[in-house]
Amino acid sequence: MKLLSVVRAGIRNGLIVGAVAVFIVLIGMVQTFAKRYLVSDLTLSTVILVAFGLAAGALAAQQVSRNTTQLGSKVLAAAVSGLITGVMLALLLLVVSQVPLRDVLVNATPEMVAALSFGLPLSGAALLLIGLSVVMAVLAVLYGLLPSRVRRALLEGIMAVTLIGIFWEAIVGLDVSRLVMKFLGVKAGKVLPLPAGLGLLILVSLVTYVWRAHPQSNVTVRRTGEGLRRYVSLVLIAGALIALPFAVGLFWSQTLTTIGLFTLMGLGLNIVVGMAGLLDLGYVAFYAIGAYAMALFSSPASSLHIGLPFWVALPIALLFAAISGILLGIPVLRLRGDYLAIVTLGFGEIIRILALSDVLKPYIGGPQGIMETPSPFFFGIQMNDPRYLYYLILAACLVVVFLSLRLNDSRIGRAWIAVREDEDVAQAMGINLVAAKLMAFAIGASFAGVGGAIFAARQGAIFPMDFTLFVSINVLCLIIIGGIGSIPGVITGAFFLIGLPEVLREVDEYRILAYGAGLVIMMLVRPEGLIPSARRRLELHEAEDQGELAAYTVS
Amino acid sequence: MALLEVENIHTYYGSIHALKGISITVDKGEIVTLVGANGAGKSTTLNTICGVLKPRHGEIRLNGELLNALKPHEIVAKGISQAPEGRRIFSRLTVMENLEMGAYARSDRREIAKDLERVFAIFPRLKERARQVGGTLSGGEQQMLAIARALMARPRVLLLDEPSMGLAPILVQEIFSVIREINQQGTTILLVEQNVNMALQIAQRGYVLETGRVALQGSAKELRENPRVRAVYLGETLHA
Ligand SMILES: Nc1ncnc2c1ncn2[C@@H]1O[C@H](COP(=O)(O)OP(=O)(O)OP(=O)(O)O)[C@@H](O)[C@H]1O
Ligand SMILES: [Mg+2]
Repeated sequence: MKLLSVVRAGIRNGLIVGAVAVFIVLIGMVQTFAKRYLVSDLTLSTVILVAFGLAAGALAAQQVSRNTTQLGSKVLAAAVSGLITGVMLALLLLVVSQVPLRDVLVNATPEMVAALSFGLPLSGAALLLIGLSVVMAVLAVLYGLLPSRVRRALLEGIMAVTLIGIFWEAIVGLDVSRLVMKFLGVKAGKVLPLPAGLGLLILVSLVTYVWRAHPQSNVTVRRTGEGLRRYVSLVLIAGALIALPFAVGLFWSQTLTTIGLFTLMGLGLNIVVGMAGLLDLGYVAFYAIGAYAMALFSSPASSLHIGLPFWVALPIALLFAAISGILLGIPVLRLRGDYLAIVTLGFGEIIRILALSDVLKPYIGGPQGIMETPSPFFFGIQMNDPRYLYYLILAACLVVVFLSLRLNDSRIGRAWIAVREDEDVAQAMGINLVAAKLMAFAIGASFAGVGGAIFAARQGAIFPMDFTLFVSINVLCLIIIGGIGSIPGVITGAFFLIGLPEVLREVDEYRILAYGAGLVIMMLVRPEGLIPSARRRLELHEAEDQGELAAYTVS
Repeated sequence: MALLEVENIHTYYGSIHALKGISITVDKGEIVTLVGANGAGKSTTLNTICGVLKPRHGEIRLNGELLNALKPHEIVAKGISQAPEGRRIFSRLTVMENLEMGAYARSDRREIAKDLERVFAIFPRLKERARQVGGTLSGGEQQMLAIARALMARPRVLLLDEPSMGLAPILVQEIFSVIREINQQGTTILLVEQNVNMALQIAQRGYVLETGRVALQGSAKELRENPRVRAVYLGETLHA
C-alpha cells in the first residue's frame, strides 16, 4: 500500500478525532471530571484524554487494514492520527492559555488549562499531550494484535475496573458496605486505591480468560441444571429485591423509587410504541394526570377538600389516566407515524400548560401546584420513608411486568403487532383497528397514571414543572436504549438512564448530550437495544443469517 | 340466490367517481374473474366488497345478508377475505405468524390447526420456511403466503387481487393451478387479473371493467371469443 495513502488515512482520522476531542474539551467535560478519580492518581479527565488517543489510533488502523495487513502501515497510520489529535489538543491548550476567550467560550477557564496541563509548565504539557496521544494510538494497534480471547479478557477487566472505580464512592457508601467494613475492621477512602484497581484488573481478566477456555462445559452445566438454576436464581433475585432498600440506605432507596417510577412508565410506553407501534411523544401527560388525580382526591389541601385515602384515590387516578388515554386516542385514530408523533407531542404540552394556566388555578393551583398529598398507609404504617415506598413501587412494577407479559402473548398483543406492521392489512385480517388502538392508549396511559399517582404520594407536593417534555423523552430513550418491545430491556434502560446520572452527578450537566450520543451510538452499534426482545433480534439479525442461508440453498 | 351479490355500487375517492354503478354476482363454488385496464376500478371493487371503502350507493350482500354497514373486521368474520394487490404480507413476521394473523378472526383452534395443515399441503414451500421472516421470501413465495394467509380465515369467498403480478411465467402457471386447486376444494373465488388469457382459462365467468363500469360480461368462453376482448386484452390483431 502506498505510503501516501497510509499517511492520508492517519491525517484524516486524526483530524476527525481531534475535532471531536476539541469539542468535548470546549463544552467543559474534561475539567468537570478533573476532581473525579477512577483509581487513586488517575482522574477521569485523564482517562478521557487517553481515550482520544486510543480512538485516533484504532480508527486509523481500522481504515488502513481494509487495504493491507502490514503491521507497519497500521502503526504508521495510527501514529500519524494520534499525532494530529495530540497536536490539536496541544494547540487548544496553548490558545486557551494565551488568548482570553471566556467571553465567547464560557468553559475556556484556567480550570480547563489546569485539566489539560497536569500541573506542568505549558510547553511541557503540550508535549505531554502529543506524546500521550501518539503512544495511546500505537497501543490501540498493538491491542488489536492480541488473540481475541486475551483481548476479550482484558476488555472485561478494564470494564470491571471502570465501573467499580466510578461507583466506588457509592459502593462504599452503601449501608451493607459499611457493615462489612466495620466487621472486617478496614476503612475505605473515597477512591479505589491503585493497587486494588490493578489487582481487580488482573483478577477479572484472568477469570474471564479461564472461563472462556471451556465454553462447552458451560453449556452442559446449563442444560442439566436448567430447572434448579432457574429456581435458585428466582429466589436469589427475589431475596435481593426485598433486601435492597435496607442494604443500600436512604439515598439509594430514593433513587430506586425513581427508577421504579420510570420503569412503570417505560413498560406503559412500551405497549403503545413497542407493541402497537404508535409513536407517542406526549406520554408525560398521563403521568401528570395520574399525579394530579391523586393529589386532588387525596390531599386535604386540594380544591376538592375530600382527602381520600391513597388506596381509594389510586384506582381513581388509574381510571382518569385510562380515560384520557382514550380521549387522546379518538382524535388521532386516523393519524400515522410522524403526524401522530406531532399531535401527541402537542397533547403533552397542552396538559402541562393547562396545569400552569390561570383558568384552572382555583382547581389545581397553577404554578403553585397541589400540596400536602399524604403518603399511603399500609396496615397502619405510614409509608413516608422511601424504603417503604420502594416496596409499593416494586409491587406496582411486578404487577405491570406480569400484565405486560400476559398482553404480549394475548390476542390483543397479536392485534397490536399486526397494527404496527401494516394497519390496512391488519384490518383486512379481521382486527378491529379502533379497539386495538384505543386499548393500547388506555393501557399505556393507565400504567403511567399509576406511576404519576405514586409520584404524587411520594413527593407530597406536585407542580406543573414536574411534567415537562423531558420526562417523555426520558421514557422514550430508556425503552429505545433498553430494547424496544423487551420487558427486561425496559428495566435495564431505566437503571442506566435514570440511575446512572444519580451516581455520576457530573454527568447531569451533559445529560441531554449523553442521551443524544448514547442514542446515536446505540443505533449504530446495537440498534435492537441492550436487551432486545426475541422479535427484534429476529428482525435485525436473523434476517441477515437467513439471507445467507437462502442464497446458499439456491446456489 | 348468488353467494355474493354486488348491486350497482358507486364508490368515490373524495370527488373522484371511481366506480360508476358496478353489478357483479358470484355463485357458490365458482371462479369469477374481473379484468380490465389499469385504473379501471378492479382493486376499488374488491376493497369496497371488503368494507375498506364504503360505497355511496348500491348494495353488497353475502348469502342475502347486507354488508354495507359493516366494518372491515366484521366482514372478515362473515366470510370474505382478500389477498391484496402487491402481496402486503407482514414482512417482519415469520411465515407462521403471518398465517396465524390470517386466522385472527377465528377462535376454533382445532379447525385452525386443520386449515394450517391444508394450507401447508397446498404450499409445501411455505412449510419449509415456516420460521423464516416474511420479508426474506422470494416474490413468488410472498404471493403464496398472501394467498395462504387469506385462506387461513377460511373464507366463503376469497378475493385475489392480481396474484400473478410480477411473477416469472413458470410461477404464473403454478399460481393459477393452485388457485384452481383451492377452488376445487370448495372455496368460491373472485379473481382480479391482468393476465386475461390465464384468468379466462380457469374462470367460469368474467366481467370486463372499463373506467368504473362493467363493459362486458359473460361466460369465460364467450369472453374468450369476443373480438373486442381478443383485440384489447388478449393482444391479438383484428384483421391480421
Ligand atoms: N386512494 C385513492 N385516491 C384517489 N384515487 C384513487 C385511489 N385509489 C385508486 N384511485 C383511482 O381510482 C381508479 C381505480 O383504481 P383501481 O386501483 O381500482 O384500479 P385497478 O383497476 O385496480 O388498476 P390496476 O390494474 O392498475 O391495479 C383509478 O383512476 C385510480 O387513480
Ligand atoms: Mg388494482
